Amino acid sequence: MQIWNWSGFFDYLTNPFILGGAFTTLWLTAVAIIGGLVLGFVLALMKMAPSRLLSAPAAGYIWLFRGTPLLVQLIVIYTGLPQLGIKLSVVESALIGLTLNEAAYLAEIVRAGITAVPQGQVRAARALGMREAQIMRYIVMPQALRIIIPPLGNSVNGLLKTTSVTSVISMEELLRRTQVLIQERFMVLELFAVAAIYYLVMTTLWDIVQRRIERRFGRAYQQLGSATEQR
Amino acid sequence: MITIDSVSKWYGDFQVLKNCTTTVEKGAVVVVCGPSGSGKSTLIKCVNGLEDFQEGTITVAGTSVGAPDTDLPKLRSRVGMVFQNFELFPHLSIMDNLTIAQEKVLGRSRSEAAEKARQLLARVDLSAQAQKYPLQLSGGQQQRVAIARALAMDPVAMLFDEPTSALDPEMVSEVLDVMTSLAREGMTMMCVTHEMGFARKVADRVIFIDKGEIVDDRPTEDFFGKERSGRAEQFLSKLLGH
Repeated sequence: MQIWNWSGFFDYLTNPFILGGAFTTLWLTAVAIIGGLVLGFVLALMKMAPSRLLSAPAAGYIWLFRGTPLLVQLIVIYTGLPQLGIKLSVVESALIGLTLNEAAYLAEIVRAGITAVPQGQVRAARALGMREAQIMRYIVMPQALRIIIPPLGNSVNGLLKTTSVTSVISMEELLRRTQVLIQERFMVLELFAVAAIYYLVMTTLWDIVQRRIERRFGRAYQQLGSATEQR
Repeated sequence: MITIDSVSKWYGDFQVLKNCTTTVEKGAVVVVCGPSGSGKSTLIKCVNGLEDFQEGTITVAGTSVGAPDTDLPKLRSRVGMVFQNFELFPHLSIMDNLTIAQEKVLGRSRSEAAEKARQLLARVDLSAQAQKYPLQLSGGQQQRVAIARALAMDPVAMLFDEPTSALDPEMVSEVLDVMTSLAREGMTMMCVTHEMGFARKVADRVIFIDKGEIVDDRPTEDFFGKERSGRAEQFLSKLLGH
């Protein structure tokens, strides 16, 4: 047995089976982030509502999903729910588990972003005759988004790696497929190295995308030298 | 145009406004002054319903502000307001700051709103800044944009809540100049301000509030003559004392 099989390593680096797994990791992340953001936004609004009828369920949800391991949530969804007659496929379970879990974290990020927009902005928008939904959409959310983007980017980065947890319910993402190959070929280090490289490529690419988005949203906040020289 | 009748307001046990009564006639300019914490900003915010009040009535252009069936957003769209801290929308260009409410509230077309915005930016001498963002402008420029933004809605009256208090001294006059020309054109204005020079020159009436009470409400010449109250006298001497 060799110590390190270079040709095996390079073979797997371009292996379509592993590449497919990485692709699954990508779309799992994308769907969970978008779904989590939508649900998280609703949870954030509920949690900020003056009525306890709205805020209490949201707080309870966040408490539950942030307070228990994703691993447990996935296993409950995939193997526990059938006991109640709810049978979900692996893909459905993985997507639902990741989304529900992510929503709990994103709700807090969204809430922090919305809270950070000064009340004076809302007052000014009201004074112009805008209605509450318009104020949220045109005034508060665009400003909150700028505040939300750095922690949101962090969540995307985290989620790219967290999707690997779904391998325990046999979701065929990058880690699972790597493990499948390992069981066939026993090239443990080579294959894990390939998986690690894929994860690094994905997180690095995301870093670049995130920096672009941040710059775009920061445009309005760049001061052009000293303000009095602007005439 | 604006009628304030026996308005009282409490924050819990603390009474911020005590039975305030006054009127602002169409085309009149009224300056509201008083020590900090006297309730003058609260009073002006009651006029367009940004603050609620527990007793009394306020009527703006025939609409009761406090009535439960009043469409407050609609009422507010007809009353311009300028804030101490400008409150321009930092994520929108100057142009978009002036057009967003025209489009979303009044339903004007993009081109109609932009045309109106251009006229008003020219009026406050800021045409060159249309594509910039608020934080790239000086305080005085931002406040002039804020006035233009309010005027873009074709308001029937304008409320000013300490419009020059957050400005560096050298920028105060550029804002007061705009306000003065508005007043000369017959705009109905209610201004909370400490600028006594502006009050003397432009206001038709001066209201002095202390501890939530309207203590003086008289024609400008009387207020700056000898007819003001002892409390207003004290306040003015502190303001002008050095």
